[in-house]
Amino acid sequence: MSNTASTRAVGVGRVLIVVYAILALAATARSVYQIIRSFDEAPVAYTLSALAGVVYILATIALIKRGDAWYRVAWATIVFEFVGVLAVGTLSVAVPALFAHASVWSYYGMGYVFIPLVLPVLGMLWLYRRRPSRAV
Amino acid sequence: MIAWFQYVEIAVAVGAGLFALVLGFAGRKPSDYTLGATALLEVLLVVQVVISIVAPLAGNPPTGDLLEFWIYLVSAVLLPPAAVIWALVDRGRWSTAVLGVACLAIAVMVYRMGQIWFVQVA
Repeated sequence: MSNTASTRAVGVGRVLIVVYAILALAATARSVYQIIRSFDEAPVAYTLSALAGVVYILATIALIKRGDAWYRVAWATIVFEFVGVLAVGTLSVAVPALFAHASVWSYYGMGYVFIPLVLPVLGMLWLYRRRPSRAV
Repeated sequence: MIAWFQYVEIAVAVGAGLFALVLGFAGRKPSDYTLGATALLEVLLVVQVVISIVAPLAGNPPTGDLLEFWIYLVSAVLLPPAAVIWALVDRGRWSTAVLGVACLAIAVMVYRMGQIWFVQVA
């Protein structure tokens, strides 16, 4: 495994990638459905839902791809998710009128057994362990 | 959707999922057993597709939204082949865990499908 030092798709990272992929699928599919069926009810929440789905897809790709550029993309998307789940989670508690509609991030991802809250933390730990400067 | 069949699907999904996760963390490569359990789940899901097409015509309509139901079902049907292809390409212990994660995700999806069909909550 000498040529995989800068790669994130190794070992337990593969499980992380699959969980990301499934979450990306869930968030995207759900937001497509919400936008088709009832966009008018909560345009803010549903737009954020769609954005979250796209960012999960991007994060999944960034975790799979090699190279320093993708490493930075992975960091950016995972930090974005972490900020997103904290911000939208807090807003859904504080301003339910705007954000109470189901989305991946409402109530800190409660509808997804809090995976959206835990996953970015695991993702950041994983990225830190696999940082390019460290030849493992 | 048929209630008892849904329970069978969830039971198989949870069983296959935990089985593969345990073997994956124990360091086993994907075997005929873990791949077979995932394949069995896929067969059940294909049967579910047929049931879901026939049921509304046979006087068993969903209480919830059919579009939402089908988004879940199509996603669920695609997961086992994806996980199995992954496991065949990359025959390591973590591929076994990947099979487990996919099966558990399907268990949740089938549960949600049952909610949409029988008790529309949202």
